Amino acid sequence: MSTMTLDAAGHAEAVQSELTGEKMAISQAAVRKTVGQPFSDTAKLRMRNVNVFYGETQAIHNVSLDIGRNEVVAMIGPSGCGKSTFLRCLNRMNDTIEGCRVDGELSLDGDPIYGPKVDVVPLRARVGMVFQKPNPFPKSIYENVAYGPKIHGIASRRADLDEIVENSLRRAGLWDEVKDRLDKPGTGLSGGQQQRLCIARAIAVSPEVILMDEPCSALDPIATARIEELIDELRENYTIAIVTHSMQQAARVSQRTAYFHLGHLVEVNDTETVFTNPEHELTEAYITGRFG
Amino acid sequence: MQTPTLFALLLLLILVAYGTGFSRALSAARSRGGLRNLSSLPSYHGLFAALWCGLPALLLLGAWLVFDDAIIRSMVMHSIADKPDTIAGQNLLFAQIQNLAAGHLVGEPSPQLQSAAEHLSQLRSNSNTLQAFLSVVLAVGLGAFALLRFSPELRAREKVEKVLRAILITCACAAIFTTVGILFSVLFESLRFFQSVPVTEFLFGLHWSPQMALRADQVGSSGAFGAVPLFTGTLMVSAIAMFVAVPVGLMAAIYLAEYASKSVRNVAKPVLEILAGVPTVVYGFFAALTVAPFIRDLATSIGLQASSESALAAGLVMGIMIIPFVSSLSDDVINAVPQSLRDGALGLGSTQSETVRKVVIPAALPGIVGGVLLAVSRAIGETMIVVMAAGLAANLTANPLESVTTVTVQIVTLLVGDQEFDSPKTLAAFALGLMLFISTLVLNFIALHVVKKYREQYD
Repeated sequence: MSTMTLDAAGHAEAVQSELTGEKMAISQAAVRKTVGQPFSDTAKLRMRNVNVFYGETQAIHNVSLDIGRNEVVAMIGPSGCGKSTFLRCLNRMNDTIEGCRVDGELSLDGDPIYGPKVDVVPLRARVGMVFQKPNPFPKSIYENVAYGPKIHGIASRRADLDEIVENSLRRAGLWDEVKDRLDKPGTGLSGGQQQRLCIARAIAVSPEVILMDEPCSALDPIATARIEELIDELRENYTIAIVTHSMQQAARVSQRTAYFHLGHLVEVNDTETVFTNPEHELTEAYITGRFG
Repeated sequence: MQTPTLFALLLLLILVAYGTGFSRALSAARSRGGLRNLSSLPSYHGLFAALWCGLPALLLLGAWLVFDDAIIRSMVMHSIADKPDTIAGQNLLFAQIQNLAAGHLVGEPSPQLQSAAEHLSQLRSNSNTLQAFLSVVLAVGLGAFALLRFSPELRAREKVEKVLRAILITCACAAIFTTVGILFSVLFESLRFFQSVPVTEFLFGLHWSPQMALRADQVGSSGAFGAVPLFTGTLMVSAIAMFVAVPVGLMAAIYLAEYASKSVRNVAKPVLEILAGVPTVVYGFFAALTVAPFIRDLATSIGLQASSESALAAGLVMGIMIIPFVSSLSDDVINAVPQSLRDGALGLGSTQSETVRKVVIPAALPGIVGGVLLAVSRAIGETMIVVMAAGLAANLTANPLESVTTVTVQIVTLLVGDQEFDSPKTLAAFALGLMLFISTLVLNFIALHVVKKYREQYD
């Protein structure tokens, strides 16, 4: 996993070297400070001066960002810019990568995310995650959704569990499609259905935040539209951070957009501002397709 | 001409054919303006000529070497007027003729033998000359034929590839035919055994005592061929072995695949696999000299009767032997579970052990079962440890502290020493072998089936 990220970093360097020398100079000088409004009054997640290292390589440089309550924040940027790495810090999924080190203050509702006394299990129950590739367990649809509530002891009686499963599948917009075949394997569903199953699985443990790492990159346009609608509905109850490569998607689903470049957070602004009137030159270059 | 010289000559001819084909193709290419205007590269044209030159000649030579002796022998024997009737007598006569022809005189040979020996020598030298002549003519003729067929349009590559494919198919078939051959040889001997001992007695009889009286006046049993004690012995020893190997091997695999850091894994995995490299005889020593007495003493100290050779000792040591087998196979299967499933489970707030127990192991289970079944067939077929540590007494017992015997051990004891290949005692070994063959075949079949089903799981 760490080698993959290193490769991606190498790719980003290659992208950068394609730029003219003039632009290089701009990116080196101007990237130091984040422009726009990285902070929020109703912060659910607070990140201050976050640095991430893979061994000797620094993947994230001094990023500070708030994600507000019931807000969808999109993270965009060229491949290898560190947006997925940053996302994975928020529920400590980076812990599984050997040699990965995270510095800085990260908190969820004021509770620290990193620290010697923090138990990662309840943290991950509060901050759920949906991955790039749908990854249902090779179990039945019912067992997939019931997995989280079972391990956290949320439901003790079968009836409660049934209710949680039905509610989660309904919220993920999958109930009508699968209610007659809950005992069939989750891996037998289509790609879009699998991804909605993974979302149902994530919301079954009633998280406060949902992290989505390019949730639609393996899906067709119709399934993508379905998931985007779903994200909009989920915003009522959850705080959502989504990494995406599709700028249209970021524009459609998010309230604020953060643009990452080579491990730096370049600009954070209202989504509309970012896509119509970006403050930073690099953001403009990226959204107008001059590189990335 | 001596056969090695002949081989050298053929090799030379093949090289010449290759070189000629190669250079002709090269010069043709040059006159046409480059290699791309040739249908095949020069090396294929060379190989094409070399294969035509060498392959038929070598096949002829091979066939000659195989059938040569038999044909000469039948010709010589045919020329002798008064042959003995029995096969043994004929063999003896021919051996005498051979000795005579080789110059080892024993006593005064009869004129008839003398002339037969001369006939033999004559035939042999004729055969030798003819063999050399024919193979060289074949090589030169077909090599020249191939070179004459040369043209830049000749699709030499396709033809060479076809021959190479045929050679590969032959090699693949050799393994299959060997298996079939073994099966049939065991099968026919077993059928002979079942002519003297009924199948039902063999499969369901409770008493195993294969000693046969050689002469009518000898004191001794008439032999009892009930194989049930052997089957139960095999089952018990294998079960004890799996009881040790499966939990230990599986947990070792889980540790190595899920918990161990890269550096620990790099050291621990090869070390664990060294266990698999220890010869089974050495395990046998260990079982017979260390484990079995230890178990006996332990049992005695808690007031149990234990034989100094016990099923438990053999089973335990066999289990240790199989640990690397189980752990290595399970480790591969566990590693094959996609990381995304672990991420999914961890992302929902599972602890590492919950992830392993509830997601990784269930996902890997079919593969693990396949690996365990392969290990079982290994345990059933294992011989040395049981010979040394479990004893030879065919007891029908469920007590692991008693000595038992297994199918493989009995095969060994039945076939050690002087044999009589028409007595049921010896033939019983083949029947046992057949049972073993069938049961491991079935287990392997099930295992492969399970593993195959597992492969389709994440696609």
